[in-house]
Amino acid sequence: MNIDSIKNGIVIDHITAGKAMEIYKFLGLENLCCSVAIIKNAPSKKLGKKDIIKIDSDFDVDIDILAYIDPDATVNIIKNSELVEKKKLKLPEKITNVIKCKNPRCITTTEQELTHIFKLTDKQNRIYRCVYCESKAK
Amino acid sequence: MKSVINILDLSVEELQKLIDTANDIIENPQKYAEICKGKKLATLFFEPSTRTRLSFEAAMYELGGNVLSMSDAGTSSAAKGESVADTAKVISCYADIIAMRHPKEGAPLVAAMNADIPVINAGDGGHNHPTQTLADLLTIYREKGSFDNLTVGFCGDLKFGRTVHSLIEALSRYKNIKFVLISPEELKLPSYIKKDIIQKNNFEYIQTTDLQSVMPELDILYMTRVQRERFFNEADYLRLKDSYILTPEKLENAKKDLSILHPLPRVNEISVAIDKDDRACYFKQVLYGKYMRMALILMLLEVL
Repeated sequence: MNIDSIKNGIVIDHITAGKAMEIYKFLGLENLCCSVAIIKNAPSKKLGKKDIIKIDSDFDVDIDILAYIDPDATVNIIKNSELVEKKKLKLPEKITNVIKCKNPRCITTTEQELTHIFKLTDKQNRIYRCVYCESKAK
Repeated sequence: MKSVINILDLSVEELQKLIDTANDIIENPQKYAEICKGKKLATLFFEPSTRTRLSFEAAMYELGGNVLSMSDAGTSSAAKGESVADTAKVISCYADIIAMRHPKEGAPLVAAMNADIPVINAGDGGHNHPTQTLADLLTIYREKGSFDNLTVGFCGDLKFGRTVHSLIEALSRYKNIKFVLISPEELKLPSYIKKDIIQKNNFEYIQTTDLQSVMPELDILYMTRVQRERFFNEADYLRLKDSYILTPEKLENAKKDLSILHPLPRVNEISVAIDKDDRACYFKQVLYGKYMRMALILMLLEVL
């Protein structure tokens, strides 16, 4: 399968197979006017299979959201058809307004305009907890 | 400006300073009788809790300060739909410090994020109740003189008991504590607390369903209520409820200097006959709660 290479843009590579659509949604890529290619289940030496997203513009990727969804993904910045930067992701210490607290007893369920903030409390097991009620992110 | 939402908002050094201040208040109440003159505490209680509210109010009056109190959440602006954030901003214009109880978990944190004055969490649903833990800590300290090298038993509902969780968290910052967790299978300590606090810090612990078998080991026995509504069926409740009622007979093998604590209210889990026993500390614990609230108000108002 051939997809044109990018001149100026971003390639999100090494996405865990099956997570591309989730990333597409969380990064708000449906709002972009440029070409966006989603490649699912591409062969990978490291992962067996992987997903890839190619964005044909200088889009400012929210690295924190991406790292939260798939910390093993990599972000490649392409300028003038050349790879100029390869970003490794690391789990963000805090994520804001990405996910919502599901605890029905949490204050965020009744006060709609509150910022939804989750903090990384266990790096090894990738556990985030709501700063208000300390419930685990689901 | 500092607020106290979780017991872990206070460092070990700050806890010690609170304990020292509370002890000094007990010894020299006159020294503190007018120290907060002109200062106002607002008690914002969005759910009923007469005792905690009265403890805060008594604490402020004994420091010579004044209290602004909201008697009924049903008639407050919250009933009209005002947000916690707005309430905190408004009350900041009237008072110097807020004590807030709210049925929603995290509400006092929202207040602290928006108020211009310190906020004390006086209980947010089943989540945190740091000033109860302060009362527990002062009681243990006054009874034992230190927090190190103690064997602390927790008995009853260890699953839903927020006071148990907070006290375990607070004690986990001291040395060589042995935790003895006594509960029915249905009400065992949640595994994340066992894993993240007790095991992570390499504390020795025992989990058992049998109170009497571990009684001789205990320096502290922290009793809680086994509530009927926590059980899926009545038969299990009836089978278990009496195992966790403390009676004089069950204390026969206990140490002579055991200290029995309970966050109260008690229903029937400690026999009234034990009240006269020197080892019963639960009414002293209520009094110590007031002194620790006094010390906390002083610390947060930066009066000392």
